[in-house]
Amino acid sequence: MNRADQRKAYGEELLSLARENENIVALDADLSASTMSCFLEAEYPERFFEMGIAEQNMVSTAAGLALCGKIPFVNSFAVFLTGRAYDQIRQGIALPGLNVKLVGSSSGLSDFGDGGTHQSIEDISIMRSLPNMTIIAPLDAVETRMAVREMVKYNGPVYLRLSRSELPVLTTEEYPFEIGKVRKITDGEDVTIFANGIMVSKALEAHSELKKRGISARIINVSTIKPLDVEMVRKYSADVRAVVTAEEHSIIGGLGSAVCEALSTEAVKIKRIGINDCFGQSADNYEELLEYYGLTVSEIVRSVEEII
Amino acid sequence: MKELIKELERKSVQIRKNILESIGINKKGHVGGSMSSADIVTALYFYKMKHNPAAPDCPDRDRLIFSKGHSVLAQYAALAEAGYFPREELKKTKTLGSILQGHPEIRTPGIEANTGSLGQGLSIGLGMALAARLDGLKYRVYVILGDGELAEGQIWEAVTAASNFKADNLIAIVDHNKVQATGPIDRHELGNIKARFEATGWETIEIDGHNMEEIVSALDAADEVNGRPTVIIAHTIKGKGVSFAENKAAYHNNGLTEEEYRQAVEELEKLHIEVEGR
Repeated sequence: MNRADQRKAYGEELLSLARENENIVALDADLSASTMSCFLEAEYPERFFEMGIAEQNMVSTAAGLALCGKIPFVNSFAVFLTGRAYDQIRQGIALPGLNVKLVGSSSGLSDFGDGGTHQSIEDISIMRSLPNMTIIAPLDAVETRMAVREMVKYNGPVYLRLSRSELPVLTTEEYPFEIGKVRKITDGEDVTIFANGIMVSKALEAHSELKKRGISARIINVSTIKPLDVEMVRKYSADVRAVVTAEEHSIIGGLGSAVCEALSTEAVKIKRIGINDCFGQSADNYEELLEYYGLTVSEIVRSVEEII
Repeated sequence: MKELIKELERKSVQIRKNILESIGINKKGHVGGSMSSADIVTALYFYKMKHNPAAPDCPDRDRLIFSKGHSVLAQYAALAEAGYFPREELKKTKTLGSILQGHPEIRTPGIEANTGSLGQGLSIGLGMALAARLDGLKYRVYVILGDGELAEGQIWEAVTAASNFKADNLIAIVDHNKVQATGPIDRHELGNIKARFEATGWETIEIDGHNMEEIVSALDAADEVNGRPTVIIAHTIKGKGVSFAENKAAYHNNGLTEEEYRQAVEELEKLHIEVEGR
């Protein structure tokens, strides 16, 4: 399967949009070569602000820029952006609903070597509890580009969650992306699997495996976790025997929780796959970590068989 | 000049009366820090800042951010006086559905940012100052900081960044009233505030924050600074103008009894007469 880097796709798309829209600016906290905000910096140095290793000031400065009509893209690792600068996001951006785009890079376990300090397992949970916040976790590089374009059109705070790893490319430019809408990847009758990020590709592999075992799985990409497409989540859960969620995030507060909330009034069995309320750790490679925390094809297959 | 100063002093008495009005009787309100910043706010809105209540969103207006958001009553007082909203709104401060929230929110005409979680206003002001540069606009951004607030680490992140960006359109004003919520600010020693700003490359001006002439000159002097931001360290008295509240942490956020309210109004009336006699 063809793989591509979400960060590079983001950085290139941001630059391309910046060429069309002079209000787009970027801020970074000494991670621009990793977050790929460096592309914008190279072409528009006056519209790029190196804020030093000071995320709180960076986020509030972005609020000030937005209050003057700019569209600031704020870049850091997901764990620092949402954790270190949480209060600045809450008070200065979410509460007034400012047009600031927060881009959390190296999310989930994708920064495998750096360990638990750098792996964000709770960023979606934190951002999801904030009123006015929109949260997008694209599944591949192509969807990332589309998401960035839609983020610029949308006026309000958005948290974009990106992986450090090269992810399988499952979508094309024709794939319709709309903020707040889920997308069907495969149809099926026995079980619906709601997934996002890298777990969509894992679910797709599980789909083939399940098929061999006579189980037909519908896979739904939920790249917008907030606002959740509640109507379609309910619809896709109504005609199957069970629902499974899969995410590279804590099972507390992320996609699984959001789906459970949406289905809390429905009679449906739900199994959540995610990081089971524990922190990450260093490993030799990404796959090793995904394996360790049960974010695998076999775990999806096992969970589906168990629940239906 | 003398007439200008007298006019501003007269105005500052009215601002203090407005603050009392929004605090009301037997309700909680941040008396201390609002009163200590009242003269500075008066000079900003009625002398220094380019602004237009009829066009509050005009892109090249000067901006004022109360980073010490709890003292926003002083800003509400000035905004009402300038005509951003009807005076009657002051009485509704902090009531359900009011445009005047307990801390600054942009839903209020004339309020530029949401602040109140301390330490964030200078960074927001820096963002506005950088936007001015991108847009080729000449406006200035004024940020009022509390001295207790200077304990917040983010302030010093912003101080460093503003200096790196040579943000000479950013002016910080420290309302140095020396009292925070639970007592004197030396409960948490801040060191030499002026030296700390200077070490980071800021222009510093130290004044008596209740002397209108000094406030006006300092604000004018800040206009002339090039290539670096300016901080005006204004020595003030917490609760200034209401004798029983002066220098008292107890009136950081306290209600006024009917008796206290009457006394405060009387004192401000006396002050008004005194100003007229100057």
